[in-house]
Amino acid sequence: MNIKKMVKKNILETPPSGIRKYFDMVNEMEDVISLGIGEPDFETPWTIREEGIYSLEKGKTHYSSNAGFIELRQEISNYMNNRFGLKYDPKDEILVTVGGSEAIDIAIRTFAGPGDEVIVPEPSFVAYKGCVMFAGATPVTIELEAEDRFKLKPEQIINAITDKTKAIIIGYPNNPTGATMDYEDYKAIVEVLKDKDIIVISDELYAELTYEGVHVSIAQFPEMKDKTIVINGFSKAFAMTGWRIGYACGHADALDQMKKIHQYAIMCSPTTAQYAAIEALKNGEPEIRRMKEEYNRRRLVMVDGFRKIGLNCFEPVGAFYVFPDISVSGLVSDEFCERLLMQERVLMVPGNAFGACGEGFVRATYATSIDNIREALVRIRRFLESL
Amino acid sequence: MKKELLSILKNNCRLSVEEMAVMLGTTSDEVKNAMKELDEKGIILAYNALIDWEKLDDQYVTAYIEVKVTPQRGQGFDKVAERIYKYPQVTACSLVSGGFDLFVVVEGRTMKEVALFVAEKLAPIDSVMSCATHFVLKKYKDSGVIFNKTYVDDREAVVL
Repeated sequence: MNIKKMVKKNILETPPSGIRKYFDMVNEMEDVISLGIGEPDFETPWTIREEGIYSLEKGKTHYSSNAGFIELRQEISNYMNNRFGLKYDPKDEILVTVGGSEAIDIAIRTFAGPGDEVIVPEPSFVAYKGCVMFAGATPVTIELEAEDRFKLKPEQIINAITDKTKAIIIGYPNNPTGATMDYEDYKAIVEVLKDKDIIVISDELYAELTYEGVHVSIAQFPEMKDKTIVINGFSKAFAMTGWRIGYACGHADALDQMKKIHQYAIMCSPTTAQYAAIEALKNGEPEIRRMKEEYNRRRLVMVDGFRKIGLNCFEPVGAFYVFPDISVSGLVSDEFCERLLMQERVLMVPGNAFGACGEGFVRATYATSIDNIREALVRIRRFLESL
Repeated sequence: MKKELLSILKNNCRLSVEEMAVMLGTTSDEVKNAMKELDEKGIILAYNALIDWEKLDDQYVTAYIEVKVTPQRGQGFDKVAERIYKYPQVTACSLVSGGFDLFVVVEGRTMKEVALFVAEKLAPIDSVMSCATHFVLKKYKDSGVIFNKTYVDDREAVVL
């Protein structure tokens, strides 16, 4: 049997992530400084880990209710309200998921299918487009511009909307650009979206890592709240990537439907992670602050460093990524990253891995030590001089 | 800015002035001046390295000593504390609440050397009533740093 022939068309046609290849190369090499890995280098704060361990010691090893422990949903509700002024009823407006990733997937699957279009601004998290395609829907790309500081503009949305548009995915602070949207930026796009029957899937995983101003959610606009699914989680802010725990907040009518997929496909999120997450929200704040402070210092050093060696980059004020323009090198992103890796053993991710319009850029993460950043900058400068 | 600078230095005092200036959004000269002022005002007292002596072959012992003292009229504990902390063997000395008065850290090459120092120098001081010496057998953490923990970046390649 030709198994490939059995595979669904939309799965076959979805390309694997372009990032993979570089990591495979790195595995063969020594002394590589990786600015490629998109996750915190901090370990989960001990107070959080300890609660996870304690729950296991007490034999708390069973399922939770499908939506997650009510105590955790209550804590999430308090957090969303205290932190962002967003009110969600823990009873039926919050769903605990397996990382933000599951929430993104089930939100898309709930609202879009064959014949539907989902607007995906790029460069952005590689999973958005893939999930839209797996759902059988068609991704409609918006090309964000460096000169707009990679913010989403109302005209871009207007041009992308058709009568098939079911949803738009917005992800700020943004991976890979580090861009954020402030209140005025959102206000302009709310004008376009408020009267449309379009669901907004707002991926706010990096909300806590906002270094200038405060994080704004599109759901804070009263006219948008009911049609927005806010997705957040513990991976980035609390350095809990491996625990796989996140959540979706939204109108009960939306969440009820998403919950069905979650129920049948997942049952419930890992309960050890849920116990740990309760502690994260109760007592994790000082640690969030400490990590954010450290990221911010590295961010400033990295941006300054790139500029000094001649790589233009706009000031990223969110997440933990810098997205420098490498056109000065005369190389395309892929070639730049491959040669940099071979020649100087520094790993960055080509910008086009996050959408075609990311060509001409590379993504570097400062979720690594200041010593690594310092050394990487020396090597990148040497690389640029060798060209 | 000074508070932020102090928090940076507390973590890592080996950053260059230029790097600190970038982190603080200011100029190198500003940072230099601020550091000079903090030094002069005695706010920053020292830039020390934290060393795990266990990793060296040299013998090296630390003792924590609880000292009970009779306070002197008009001078409280300060006078006797001064007599104690002036010894170079004493690396730390604090007045504390609880069952004893002065908490003294003494370092030396051998247990015998430290014990003799306590017996010959500390204990005989007039107002010292008693000393309880606790030798450090193993150091787990000091100044916020966990000992014997090497950081390995074992984050695996994931697609995101």
